[in-house]
Amino acid sequence: MGRFLAIRLLQAIPVILAVITVTFFLVRVAPGGPFDSEKAVLPEVKAALEAQYRLDLPLFQQYTAYLGDLAQGDFGPSFKYPGRSVNELIGAGLPVTAELGLYALLIATVIGGLAGVIASLRPNTPQDYIPMALAMIGICMPTFLLGPLLVLLFGIELEWLPVSGWGDIPGDKLLPSITLGAAYAAYIARLSRAGMLEVLSQDYIRTARAKGLPEWQVVVKHGLRGGLLPVVAFLGPAFAGLLAGSFVVETIFQIPGLGRFYVQAAFNRDYTMILGTTVFLSTLIVLFNLLSDVLAAWLNPRLRHQFGGKA
Amino acid sequence: MALLEVKDLAVSFVTRNGVNKAVDGISFSVESGKITAIIGESGSGKSVACYSMLGLVPMPPGRIDGGSALFNRQDLLQMSESELRKIRGRDIAMIFQDPMTCLNPYMRIGEQMIEPLVYHRGVSKAEAMARAVELLGEVGIRDPETTVNNYPHEFSGGMRQRVMIAMALINEPKLLIADEPTTALDVTIQAQILQLIADLQKSRDIGVIFISHDLAVVADIADEICVMQTGTIVEKGDRAAIFDHAEHPYTQKLLAAIPSGGKEDTVEHDDTLVRVENLRTWFNAEGQIVKAVDDVSFDIRRGEVLGLVGESGSGKSTIGRSLLRLVPVTGGTVTFDDTDVTALEGRALKDMRRRMQMIFQDPFASLNPRMTVFDTLAEPLLLHGIENRKSVAQAVLKLMDDVGLVRSAVRKYPHEFSGGQRQRIAIGRALATRPEFVVADEPVSALDVTIQAQILELMQELGREYGLTMLFVSHDLAVVRHLADRIIVLYQGRIVEEGSGEQLFTTPREAYTQQLLSAIPGHSLGSTPAVS
Repeated sequence: MGRFLAIRLLQAIPVILAVITVTFFLVRVAPGGPFDSEKAVLPEVKAALEAQYRLDLPLFQQYTAYLGDLAQGDFGPSFKYPGRSVNELIGAGLPVTAELGLYALLIATVIGGLAGVIASLRPNTPQDYIPMALAMIGICMPTFLLGPLLVLLFGIELEWLPVSGWGDIPGDKLLPSITLGAAYAAYIARLSRAGMLEVLSQDYIRTARAKGLPEWQVVVKHGLRGGLLPVVAFLGPAFAGLLAGSFVVETIFQIPGLGRFYVQAAFNRDYTMILGTTVFLSTLIVLFNLLSDVLAAWLNPRLRHQFGGKA
Repeated sequence: MALLEVKDLAVSFVTRNGVNKAVDGISFSVESGKITAIIGESGSGKSVACYSMLGLVPMPPGRIDGGSALFNRQDLLQMSESELRKIRGRDIAMIFQDPMTCLNPYMRIGEQMIEPLVYHRGVSKAEAMARAVELLGEVGIRDPETTVNNYPHEFSGGMRQRVMIAMALINEPKLLIADEPTTALDVTIQAQILQLIADLQKSRDIGVIFISHDLAVVADIADEICVMQTGTIVEKGDRAAIFDHAEHPYTQKLLAAIPSGGKEDTVEHDDTLVRVENLRTWFNAEGQIVKAVDDVSFDIRRGEVLGLVGESGSGKSTIGRSLLRLVPVTGGTVTFDDTDVTALEGRALKDMRRRMQMIFQDPFASLNPRMTVFDTLAEPLLLHGIENRKSVAQAVLKLMDDVGLVRSAVRKYPHEFSGGQRQRIAIGRALATRPEFVVADEPVSALDVTIQAQILELMQELGREYGLTMLFVSHDLAVVRHLADRIIVLYQGRIVEEGSGEQLFTTPREAYTQQLLSAIPGHSLGSTPAVS
């Protein structure tokens, strides 16, 4: 187990290094800089600012200096929020975004998993078509459309739920979580349906029926574990995707999360902020992928020997 | 009163292409303490008949058209799903063909075994587990106290089938339905499992329905035999009646298809075509060296058919692949017509491959599903420059004739053919380059017995016509004996015994060969077939 994890973590280092390098040079290639503005700035002022943020050094030196800081866990100062470090800004936004992502994932798993399993029990009947059609809509509908629609219906027409905010009024976390989770629920529904269909046609399901077990036991005890394995493998990338993709939802519902900084940083050419959030999120993606791989392998007795010894 | 009395059972499948009568009015009975065998090829309806009585055929598309199945004076066909469920796994238990796939890979075997006991009789888990351990010991699983907590993948195929049998018996059923329980197993394991089923059935006085495609398998154990063809029972009677006085032509055909006797024209040759010296093929599996083939030497003479026999894992397929350089060879030499094959590279290797071909076990897996028969057969001809674009069509049609396929099928894809026809395509593909040497790796083990006989005949014919030298790899001694001039017996990567078919069968020297021989099903048939 330890060896497996160690190897996977080592493999992650070149991936993250590549992300840093590509991002670092890409943002520099993009036209404009953090201190360009429509108003003319005195050349001396601009030079002083650039010197302060080490922008006057040759590009490669800036790169190595940044890597050096990063190795110590320092993402550097933000260019657009003077006096605040990127670490602080991420630290402020992350808990909110993580909470939002977690709720969305929970909603996606429960609703998607249920829908998929129900659909798989009677394939090619209305019990299959209806949830799968809804899932298709869920996949196709962008969050910037679904969010306002939900607000319109539940917030303005019915007046059941608050239209914006995060943690201010009871119930204001519900709509953003649903908006963010909907597409993932749809993916999970399709994944679990396919997984369950595959498992339910296996010989050992026939064995379970031949034992005289009632149908729900056949499905729950013998079917679910194998059928939901693909979903487990998807959860890691999904959670990372939720964190990175929460910008639209955070904007619609005015939530002070990470996503807002991320996009604003790109507009502002806030080099350190762009790099910081990118590196942070890509590290999370790598980690969550690893986590779900480990979990999926752990759930499968045939793969468990990879971790040395049997269960 | 019989334990199970089936009358006029008819089952059909309603599909888009019309109604397909899978079982068309069959009647048979099973007595307590007796084994009734149902014999038929795939698609004959033998499994559907038994599954439908227990409600295990999905409806729709399945449909029971009529008949009755009286079990303990109750008609199974009239029961509701919940009534049937109370009988399944309690009074009537089943074991299936493939023990590799029939056990849940995600559950420990103990948990799976106790389910019927806990569910049907409300026994506590601890009590049920104790019973499971007891039964595992009875079916011959070692250390049942610890292995009861293992997962299925930690057992071999034979051991898993033992687990299946123990699981089926845990509720002490009155009727056991065994659907091809030994088809997926090696011959020696098959013999053990057959013995086990016969012993358990006697000691418990239960009725057994034994479904199989192979008459020879049930020759030693069946009391009653029903022969099924296309949904009907064409002949039925006790064992002696079927084996000694079979009347229906189909039964006679099945009997004749049981491979027996030696090759007719064993000729002496002295011209060596293939010489294998100290061949070693080792694999590295997770840091462990697996010596699949370990220091094996033999000769194959021109025009000879050499049989290579062994159980799975004996290294017989690896030898075949090593000769053709399909797997990397660790050491030793393979000389083909005075050329060292193991040293060939690039162009020379490609030319050599034209002269050495392979026929694989599973014709479905080894044919490219996206290529028509024409493309499959034309590819080697064009690749090796034997034919050009213009002449290739004629050559392909000639091949189709040779392997006994109709010319009009040339534009079809592999999935449109039956298993036997697919193997014919595979043989045609192998012979397309007019090779001198062919390795046939279990070419008939995936086929029904009568088809098996046809393919063996075809291979013999083509062998003569093309002047082939052949290495025939099989786990089945009877099949090999039918075809081979000489036989080599392999065990764990080494040669155990070598000799002519006749000599091996009459005076085997090694204990392992004797064990293989005694495992061939159908002892009671003697060495000659009942129908000539």
